[in-house]
Amino acid sequence: MKLHEYQSKRLFSEFGVPIPKGKVASTPSEAKAIAEELGGRVVVKSQVLVGGRGKAGGIKLANSPKDVEKIASRILGMEIKGLPVRKVLIDEAVDISTEIYLGITNDRTTRQPVFMASAAGGVDIEVVAVKTPEKIIKVHIDPLLGLQDFQILNLAIGIEVPREIWPEFIQISKGLWQAYKNYDATLAEINPLVITEGGHLLAIDGKMVIDENALFRHPKLEDERDLDSEETSELEAKKNNITYIKLEGDIGCMVNGAGLAMATMDIIKHFGGEPANFLDIGGGANEEKVAAALRIILKDPNVKAVLFNIFGGITRCDLVAKGILEALKEVKTDVLMVVRLIGTNAEEGQALLADAKMATAKTLVEAAQKVVAAAKGDLHL
Amino acid sequence: MSILVDKDTRLVVQGITGREGLFHSKEMIEYGTQVVAGTRPGKGGEWVLGGKVPVFDSVQIAVDATEANTSVIFVPARFAPDAMLEAADAGIALIVCLTELIPIQDVMRVRQYLENKKVRLIGPNCPGLLTPNEAKVGIIPGNIAIPGNIGIVSRSGTLTYEILFALKEKDLGASTCVGIGGDPINGTNFIECLEMFEDDPQTDKIILIGEIGGKDEEKAADYISTNMTKPVYAFIAGKTAPPGKRMGHAGAIVEGGEGTAAKKIKALETAGVLVANHPEEIAEMVQG
Repeated sequence: MKLHEYQSKRLFSEFGVPIPKGKVASTPSEAKAIAEELGGRVVVKSQVLVGGRGKAGGIKLANSPKDVEKIASRILGMEIKGLPVRKVLIDEAVDISTEIYLGITNDRTTRQPVFMASAAGGVDIEVVAVKTPEKIIKVHIDPLLGLQDFQILNLAIGIEVPREIWPEFIQISKGLWQAYKNYDATLAEINPLVITEGGHLLAIDGKMVIDENALFRHPKLEDERDLDSEETSELEAKKNNITYIKLEGDIGCMVNGAGLAMATMDIIKHFGGEPANFLDIGGGANEEKVAAALRIILKDPNVKAVLFNIFGGITRCDLVAKGILEALKEVKTDVLMVVRLIGTNAEEGQALLADAKMATAKTLVEAAQKVVAAAKGDLHL
Repeated sequence: MSILVDKDTRLVVQGITGREGLFHSKEMIEYGTQVVAGTRPGKGGEWVLGGKVPVFDSVQIAVDATEANTSVIFVPARFAPDAMLEAADAGIALIVCLTELIPIQDVMRVRQYLENKKVRLIGPNCPGLLTPNEAKVGIIPGNIAIPGNIGIVSRSGTLTYEILFALKEKDLGASTCVGIGGDPINGTNFIECLEMFEDDPQTDKIILIGEIGGKDEEKAADYISTNMTKPVYAFIAGKTAPPGKRMGHAGAIVEGGEGTAAKKIKALETAGVLVANHPEEIAEMVQG
């Protein structure tokens, strides 16, 4: 789950990371009031869960509270990369002399957290990572020991942090690690961490991604989830414990198991079709779940044919068949269906579907070929 | 011969009194696995499955009483990290954790602890292992595989079943099938399994089943080109997966251009691995 900049910075500051004075607003008049309270120049920053906000015009400097109101009303009406801006962060403006990058994420290769720092912070850190990776200093953290002081010092030396602010750098690095660890983040990033003209460190932008599997430990964060950045159909699927991802094609798929679901999409493509979705009904799916999944697939107007590929293990094919019939009672559709049931209770399942108007297949290859033909209008029942 | 589990495996089931734990313990026993004990704190002294399996309060007591050497974990995600640590401390040599949705930082800590203790972990979020006609540790359906000379290592569950089934249709059997799990961070990886299959006299050919996300398949490809004498075949799921979307498994995600199926297939082919276009094709390839 991605957190907004204002949420991330608030969590960082809980662990002693200095952030600019500021508050979040949902209306232009709120924004103005915050600017008045702060006094002086401020930055109006759109809070949307995508990168490139600045380049899209979603971050603006304002000289007076009146300006803030005007700018906020413009930004609050914007859409950035398809996401509506519902909140703006009003932060005091800062005079910047240097921009540093700090970030912690999980390194899958070493199976440890990795702390990265670069003196070339700012908006183009991705370019730095690709073109001049030597400018990013990395230390790996033993998950049992945590971040050690000498490691922070190595980062400070590596990116040439001025000695007089080493104590601040150490405090901020420790704070970032604590935030990462205590909130079960998979990413915690300060970019940029600036050295102000006054010679102090300040985290002026922040980003966090929280491990969905650990949200039970952080109910407070779950309450703040921003639903705008998630597809409605994907959220509905999640409520039913189904994993659904919408794609651009016209062949709906319902599969049990993530790996098999991907392999099913791939084989559709292999035989010249385009999958409309990824859908994993999970292990041990019952009738209700199958019915919910089919409803979700058929909501996509692009879908011309549906392939059911169920390898029964814990999942029982007869229950899947009942779910399909159940859903078809409610949803009237002309979409052609191809069913492949194999494994536990497959014969019972096939018998249940014998009277339904559906094509059946024994192998995955046969199923894929049939559904591709169906989507092209070349399969008739 | 086989790897990791066989007829001498003495299994303790952690979480044996739960619905899944009980159901699959029954299946494992019917398959012929020596399920010697189960655990559930507070239920020590009871017996389950018609008096066949004793339940203990802790893994340590179970090990002391039954000499269990392998554990399989069926407990929910919030308790699974503790269950893994408990098994390691009780002297279990091989821990198979089926539980999915465990927080990744918990997995990292547990994995590090187990590595320091030299305890092998399979999983989490995996279907377990199957050595046909000897032992089944986990949930891989026993009837879809026959004994043979093909070693199988996979990040997936039902996709593995599909391939086992396709092999069986052609009368091809497995030495051992290992499901290493679909999480971004797990215990035993591809390379460790390849190494064990290379050393196993029963295994003549190996099938590697990978998917998008991470670099483990690429690292396996490097290992294969320098260390493997036995032929390796592969299938990689997720060619059609869009970047930035997690395809069900927590580990199956293309991020920052890394982890695409195309890169993995290229690395494997460069290492001399035959890569199949779909699950049924791999059985044809192995048959030759």
